[in-house]
Amino acid sequence: MQLAGNQFSNTSASSGIDVITFPDYPSEIRAPEGTLYGVSAFQIHLGSKKVTTPGDYIDVLVAMNASSLKVNLANLKNDGIIIVNTAGFNAKNLRLAEYEKSPLETDELKNYQVISLDFDSEIKNVLTGRGTPPKIMRKSKNIFALGMTYWLFSRSIKATEEWLKTKFKNKEDVLSTNLTVLQAGWDYAQNDERLKVQYNFQTTKYKKGYYRNISGNHAVALGLVAASKRANLPLFLGSYPITPATDILQYISAYKKYGVKHLQAEDEIGGITSAIGASYGGSLAATTTSGPGLSLKIEALGLAVITELPLVIIDVMRGGPSTGLPTKPEQSDLFQAIYGRHGEAPLPVLAAESAADCFYMTVEAARLAIKYMTPVILLTDGYIAQGTEPWRIPDLDELPEIDVKFCEDSEKFAPYRRDPDTLARVWAIPGMQGMEHRIGGLEKEDITGTVSSDPKNHQLMTNLRKEKIDRVVNDIPDLEVSGPEEGELLMISWGSTYGAAHTAFEKLHQQDIEISHIQLKYLNPFPKNLGDILKRFKKIFIPEMNMGQLKTIIQGNYLVPVIGLHKVEGIPFKSSEIVEKIINILESKEVAK
Amino acid sequence: MKTILDAKVEKPHIGTIKYEPKDFKPDVDVRWCAGCGDFSILSPVQRLMPELGIPKEKIVFVSGIGCSGRFPYYMDTYGFHGIHGRAIAIASGLKIARPDLSVWVATGDGDNMSIGGNHFIHGCRRNVDMNVMMFNNEVYSLTKGQYSPTSLTGQITKSSPLGVLDDPFNPVELALGSGAGFVARAFDKDRKHIQYVLEQAAKHKGFAFIEIYSNCVIYNDGAFEDFTRKDIRDERTVNLEHGKPLVFGKNREMGIKLDGFKPTVVSLEDGKHSVDDLLVHDETDTTLAFILSNMTFNPKLPRPVGIFQAIERTPYDQRVTDQINHEIETKGEGKIQELLKGKNFWQIN
Repeated sequence: MQLAGNQFSNTSASSGIDVITFPDYPSEIRAPEGTLYGVSAFQIHLGSKKVTTPGDYIDVLVAMNASSLKVNLANLKNDGIIIVNTAGFNAKNLRLAEYEKSPLETDELKNYQVISLDFDSEIKNVLTGRGTPPKIMRKSKNIFALGMTYWLFSRSIKATEEWLKTKFKNKEDVLSTNLTVLQAGWDYAQNDERLKVQYNFQTTKYKKGYYRNISGNHAVALGLVAASKRANLPLFLGSYPITPATDILQYISAYKKYGVKHLQAEDEIGGITSAIGASYGGSLAATTTSGPGLSLKIEALGLAVITELPLVIIDVMRGGPSTGLPTKPEQSDLFQAIYGRHGEAPLPVLAAESAADCFYMTVEAARLAIKYMTPVILLTDGYIAQGTEPWRIPDLDELPEIDVKFCEDSEKFAPYRRDPDTLARVWAIPGMQGMEHRIGGLEKEDITGTVSSDPKNHQLMTNLRKEKIDRVVNDIPDLEVSGPEEGELLMISWGSTYGAAHTAFEKLHQQDIEISHIQLKYLNPFPKNLGDILKRFKKIFIPEMNMGQLKTIIQGNYLVPVIGLHKVEGIPFKSSEIVEKIINILESKEVAK
Repeated sequence: MKTILDAKVEKPHIGTIKYEPKDFKPDVDVRWCAGCGDFSILSPVQRLMPELGIPKEKIVFVSGIGCSGRFPYYMDTYGFHGIHGRAIAIASGLKIARPDLSVWVATGDGDNMSIGGNHFIHGCRRNVDMNVMMFNNEVYSLTKGQYSPTSLTGQITKSSPLGVLDDPFNPVELALGSGAGFVARAFDKDRKHIQYVLEQAAKHKGFAFIEIYSNCVIYNDGAFEDFTRKDIRDERTVNLEHGKPLVFGKNREMGIKLDGFKPTVVSLEDGKHSVDDLLVHDETDTTLAFILSNMTFNPKLPRPVGIFQAIERTPYDQRVTDQINHEIETKGEGKIQELLKGKNFWQIN
């Protein structure tokens, strides 16, 4: 189903419709088919104009079995269309879905347009006389569903035909089966009089250029490679597989012809420490992980802070604590990213707002890491990491410059001599003659870098490390407020909550409810003008997929009360949930607790 | 893809590469306790460096935590003092990224066998080209005297006042079992031998592990006296030399003979055995290396020191480079702009 979903979104996006996808799958590799916990879903939101969420409520649900109907029905709009594969509603399916009676035979679905058909027998019919093996036939049912939805949303099947031809070029029987079944799905939908509508889309006004659909994880991988090109440094990735970040390691591991090096380490700690070693050797080094992995890397983060080496850490957040909900998104690592270290160890923390934004924020993380000689954490999450959206492919020259300043003069070299503007220490790497030096986890004397436990020096070095990160604020853009510059309510979102928050903002404006919205992409340090903006609003509201982490930080830093909306259900916010909350706040005069 | 790093890396050394041991002594005080065995490792390392003919700027010492962790500060080369147990992982990233460097690791029995055990076994297996010197004093010293994974059963330490209940690792055996190509052992009281073994390790391409017994004068003084004391050393140790029979004793009057897989001591003076009966060391024979390593804790046998095994296979860092070169040769150097574009793109005019 994930594959059919990808085909549908690629076809739609390449014909000029905006698309956001949300793959939702179980953590088991091949979860038992037909079970409630084994439902693999793929949600697609299409728009004639820019869409920023995978959608709140569903117009068309394709249910391949009883469990997938049961799990997704709550999100279906009244009078929505359900295409039901009746072959997935046999006694066993019903038992697994915990239905006492088939919902197709009760009035449970009376508020919807139910288009039920037996996919298996339809497929069998069109393949009569071909001797197609039952296994290939069975596997083609998702393609049949794809054909039907292509008709329903008036998309051409051509691109998928081409894709099938490439994918199965050496498997003639599989190819011809799938081509026939795809067309059959289309034809079935066209001829079924129960389908009363066919959706048509005007195309979105896209900026000129080349586009592709991209997931956040893929965008991070490309961002790392692009950043290494901009910095003109080799890329090294030290990582350990962990859901939902593993894709990044997989993508990078295939980039050998671009000169990229990677190490799939023995554990999370080996991942980050090998990256620190590579950084010491002059590479743009990165490590990728998810929450529990970040916990394991945290001691080494302290080492990267005190040795003042550039390092990019990507945390694709998932539901926690512990193993938690490994395949589901959450934003609950914010505290860990900002505060989760021993000692005074500040570092920049960024968050990407969408799949495509993961590319730009990765480049930005690398830029700051190198310019300020510091580890930088970039937060994404399972939702934007695996969901896709169209991305305008940038020219490498459009990306920010990443200026690497290796020390050129051995006479002037000292390991902790600093750039007067950024306070970044000078970088000398093994191989540079006359600059042999030792750094490490022990506190070092200012400038000379010799081991020092002098109390005043430790205070000084701690101050310098803090001041350096504080100065990053001069290098990041000011916030722009959507909506009025001052007023009743300011909504602050961060990370993947952007989509739902921004949609909610737009919906409210359509109803003439004036609120304002900002998206925080820089979480440490905060943009310079955040304090001023906060002062201009009576109420501050933060929806986040945790129990109030950004809320706590904002309250603590700026001494303003904040009203939160918290949700850790393993699924992103619906924009309607946010709209409802805001209306509630505005009407009920709800105040921060 | 050429980067600015290549320009730095390929920069030729200015002047001749000719050093004295003193050139490797930085201007800092060595802060180990007076009489510490670690001095006996530092000095042969500083003597060895000029022999290697490698420019100073291409040499890096990496360490973890413990008394051994201070080692990089005492070498006037590049150095990185890491965190507890992670030296091999740091060194792996460094060497993979920078195959042009000579990478050395200074670690200890606590650092490497305990908290760093995972990196150690995978380091042995992965075979990144580096030389790992493990200073084994059979105790945690910098944390002031607790037992380590190489402390002997029954040993009294601050955290085992009634005696250690664990059985110790035999580090040589662990290294062999984990797939290290080069595995050796030396002890602090024989600096020349340390220098010799380290020189062989330096020449070996791939992961080299050297266990060096280092006496802790404060928390485990005399731990190795039973076989390293000058007057009994010749009887209680046997030096492994490639291609030579295993002979030992003050007057080289004893030898090791293999009885099946079992090494036994024979006299060369009682007329029953001659040198021809003795086991001849072959450092390319893995089975033999395991047999020899198994002699370690056998009280009836001399403690084997020297090079147990030296088998080269293509180091991991070399394989990474080879894989990249192969990809570039067969597919052409990748253009990053094309990578961004991918295959499934569309154009909007």
